[in-house]
Amino acid sequence: MTKFIDLHLCVPFKDVEQQRKLIFNASELGYSLVGIPLPPNVSSDVVENLHKLCNEAGLNFVTRIDLAPRTPRELLEDLRRLRRKFEIVSVLCGSKPVARQAAKDRRVDLLSFSATKPRYRFFDRAEAELASKSLASFEIDLAPFLSLESFSRTRLITSLRKELNIARSFQVPIVISSGATKEFLLRKPHDYAALMFLFDLDSPLALNALSKAPLAIVNRNRQKLSSEFVAPGLRVVRMVKDDP
Amino acid sequence: MIRQLRPRYLAIQISSDASFEEEDVKEVVWDAVLQLFGEYGASKTGLFLIDYDKKKKQVVFRCSHNALSIVHASIASITKIRSKPAAFHVSKISGTLKALGKKRAA
Repeated sequence: MTKFIDLHLCVPFKDVEQQRKLIFNASELGYSLVGIPLPPNVSSDVVENLHKLCNEAGLNFVTRIDLAPRTPRELLEDLRRLRRKFEIVSVLCGSKPVARQAAKDRRVDLLSFSATKPRYRFFDRAEAELASKSLASFEIDLAPFLSLESFSRTRLITSLRKELNIARSFQVPIVISSGATKEFLLRKPHDYAALMFLFDLDSPLALNALSKAPLAIVNRNRQKLSSEFVAPGLRVVRMVKDDP
Repeated sequence: MIRQLRPRYLAIQISSDASFEEEDVKEVVWDAVLQLFGEYGASKTGLFLIDYDKKKKQVVFRCSHNALSIVHASIASITKIRSKPAAFHVSKISGTLKALGKKRAA
């Protein structure tokens, strides 16, 4: 059975009831793993509580950080400080230099762009070429698409169609996430795949962007963060004690 | 003989705190199709409400096989009914009502 993954479930930290609703709703809709964005200085208690809640709902949970640096230098500092604390690192690219730096840095997992400001979408051919040589994937949040109306939505559809076409031609992995803050903005994986028809992405590719592509990122990062990891392609299989 | 119109039946679960009339449901789905695909796209769908269970908030629509992608995408894009938050989840899709019933029961 296919494992569906939502790497961007925006759970509110203050509203416990809403937190519970959103996590259980994700489980009911057929997701088996969710990524929840956390603040950089999150306490271990909060992470522990989320782990418990997700276990109760039958979900696997990954920690995620959304970085929104203003300069490439700030991005590098954030990555140095936070990369090993979170399983998924996403960068909201607010400027072209930041987008370029994020695309070529192997510590960045997801590249995301503003849904409401078309001028701040920097996913062009140059960006895709850089991303294809590193490990970054192109992330699409569908909650903004659902909440936008009329002309803004039309513009977003145009941008996403163009960007997805570029991503496919440069073989940049595509990841579809909900970005949902409320349960009414969360949809079943097959409904999201159906929505991708608007962006000329066919159903098998869309389902791949909801399952295999995010799962590959999670597995890769979990491996890297485990104590057995030494370097890419090299890990500790077993420790041998020296004979006295 | 090849049938001109191959139907697809969609079983949908409405997720909302409020309850709605059949007309509201029909209207919101048509509005979503019109908004995303326009009158030309909507004319190809052959969309028809077959059944609506107000208590269970379940609805069955029929559409043309060729327009399934249009209808499914439109249904997934609905976020409100009569300005109350709601989500439509397509639970099953089938070629006949009988098979849809079996799939829903399974």
